[in-house]
Amino acid sequence: MANSEYLLQVEHLKEYFPVRAGLAKTIHLKAVDDVSFAIRPGETLGLVGESGCGKTTVGRTLLQLYKPTAGRIIFDGKVIFDSGEQYDENGQLKLDANGKPVMGKKVHVDMLPYRKEMQMVFQDPYSSLNPRMTVEDIIGEPLDVHKLCSNKKERHERVMELMELVGLNAEHAMRYPHEFSGGQRQRIGIARALAVNPKFIVCDEPVSALDVSIQAQVVNMFEDLQEKLGVAYLFIAHDLLVVHHISDRIAVMYLGKMMELADADELNDNPIHPYTQSLLSAVPVPDPRTARASKRIVLEGDVPSPLHMPSGCPFRTRCRYATEQCAKAMPPFTDRGNGHFVACWNK
Amino acid sequence: MTYAENGMPEKNPLSVQIDLSKFSSADFEPATADEKAQQEVMGESVTFFKDGCRRLMKNKLAVGSIVVLVLLLLSIIIIPFFVPYSYEDIITVDGRRDKTATNLAPFEWSQREQQYMEETGEKLFPHVMGTDSLGRDYFIRVIYGTRVSLAVGLVASIMVLIIGLIYGSISGWCGGTVDIIMMRIVDIIYSLPDTLMIILLSVVLNETLKPVIEKVPLLQSLGTNMIALFLVFGLLYWVGMARLVRGQILTIKQNEYVLAARTIGTPSGRILRKHILPNCLSVIIISVALQIPSAIFTESYLSFLGIGVKVPMPSLGSLANEARAGINSYPMKLVFPSLIICLIVLAFNLLGDGLRDAFDPKLKR
Repeated sequence: MANSEYLLQVEHLKEYFPVRAGLAKTIHLKAVDDVSFAIRPGETLGLVGESGCGKTTVGRTLLQLYKPTAGRIIFDGKVIFDSGEQYDENGQLKLDANGKPVMGKKVHVDMLPYRKEMQMVFQDPYSSLNPRMTVEDIIGEPLDVHKLCSNKKERHERVMELMELVGLNAEHAMRYPHEFSGGQRQRIGIARALAVNPKFIVCDEPVSALDVSIQAQVVNMFEDLQEKLGVAYLFIAHDLLVVHHISDRIAVMYLGKMMELADADELNDNPIHPYTQSLLSAVPVPDPRTARASKRIVLEGDVPSPLHMPSGCPFRTRCRYATEQCAKAMPPFTDRGNGHFVACWNK
Repeated sequence: MTYAENGMPEKNPLSVQIDLSKFSSADFEPATADEKAQQEVMGESVTFFKDGCRRLMKNKLAVGSIVVLVLLLLSIIIIPFFVPYSYEDIITVDGRRDKTATNLAPFEWSQREQQYMEETGEKLFPHVMGTDSLGRDYFIRVIYGTRVSLAVGLVASIMVLIIGLIYGSISGWCGGTVDIIMMRIVDIIYSLPDTLMIILLSVVLNETLKPVIEKVPLLQSLGTNMIALFLVFGLLYWVGMARLVRGQILTIKQNEYVLAARTIGTPSGRILRKHILPNCLSVIIISVALQIPSAIFTESYLSFLGIGVKVPMPSLGSLANEARAGINSYPMKLVFPSLIICLIVLAFNLLGDGLRDAFDPKLKR
């Protein structure tokens, strides 16, 4: 339940997309399946995983850009979404005598006031800015929508302030997005997200479309902004080095499910889940001598289709340690000490 | 490498580098604002619209069509003030109807007119394109016909634009079941044979609209046929525009900036107005420019079939139809209206092509 220590709590979040298979049959694509995590104020939670594992969907579902299929989202002590299912301490769904889930109160609040608190920075700096709007209008739009500025002068000053904050020059205000480089555009996107003074920003792979040198600039800017403004981030990426650099804690996802969640250093030094181990072994090491010495764990086979998920643990088809138990049921997401959560049957 | 006494590397005798030690601070002065501005390498900020206009102006054919259209527009506005004949009355000489002034060749006067000019010494206005079989000045009739045709083209296109834009926006924006139902309706209208529908509708509308139109003086001056024509265009031709707008909106909706706007909390109406419609505007403008000649063409053939504008009001199509009767004796009468139809249609098509080339971002080099 609501815990004042956390800014954002996500419990058993599910997001299923209906996919038409045949004329009348629809099956569900389980993009996010039973994901739980929490973020403290001013903290960065890194979210990694391979393409198509549901990282972006988690971010968008948090902001209710997609309506969650099930789960509960608590922001700043207030429940902003609750589908009503109840869970016991072991994370098992509570069922009544007839085998139907016990339903609590459903909550689905109007998101408009929360849009001021939760914002998003997008992956593609080229398509996330409207080509027909000037930079001033792009950054000023949230101010207009939430009526944060009473007149034009105030709005202009606020936009200038934001542009300075993200390292853009004042004379850029009247320019159009196509006149900027990728890094500058990403700064515009960040300024837009910051315009409403949010407490929480979902950074959806904000640096993966940028050059390495620009990546460093933008990542450092994210850190500076966090120091100055105290915002919390959900930092989605597939580059483990970047995530390790910026995050306080890291969560690993595979096929819509959370596999491991731990402090950044703890996860890096002591990965427990076989998937995390293989992910970490694939990180390129800049020193060839160390790289030669380290052993890479190469995963066999392909990622199963999210439409036809394997039974039990989704990773079992590629896991070296898979047993019969793995095929039977999804392992619970348990604390192995010091807030190091792992979903694996292996001890 | 050798070093000088101050520890700096010694200068190679072949080097052309300036030796700064020979200068003092007095030899330098700060650059003026003008000189600084010369160092500015960034281009002027160009809006999408300005950029498109600049490219349109480079297209000679498009500029030519703009000139032709402006000239036509000016002439149909100004010329009726100077020509002393009216499109509906038979030429009168000295207050009496001139029965001999039928089927005159261009720049020819009838016997009565020549007689009158000899008697009074007054010079009568020439019949630039001759006269028709009833003795009406053909030039002024062609000018009025052009007026009618252009008006039909413009009004029909605007109606198509408004209906298509609203319908297409709703369909594309709502998506899902709403989209499927709305598009099936469009498909049904699309599949009707349009010539047949136009003929049927204009006959029916003509009758049903009569009592309404007769009450309003402004509509009366337009005539029932004209209004029926406008309605027919509005009812039938919006489907193409609706499909186009829907397709555009479906594509633009996928862009991340729309998602970003939703993250901000922008209401749907504002997203449509500020983000989606401006981005499909160029395609819409082009399609309207191409819609105008098609409406003019349709009006022409309807008038040619005799169900267009009501006599004595001429339109280019009905003029061509009348000229058909005497095509062997007076071929010039078919040439004039046909020439103007060709000119208008060609100019609008070329202008539409030019607009597409200038504003379509995919064709941008």
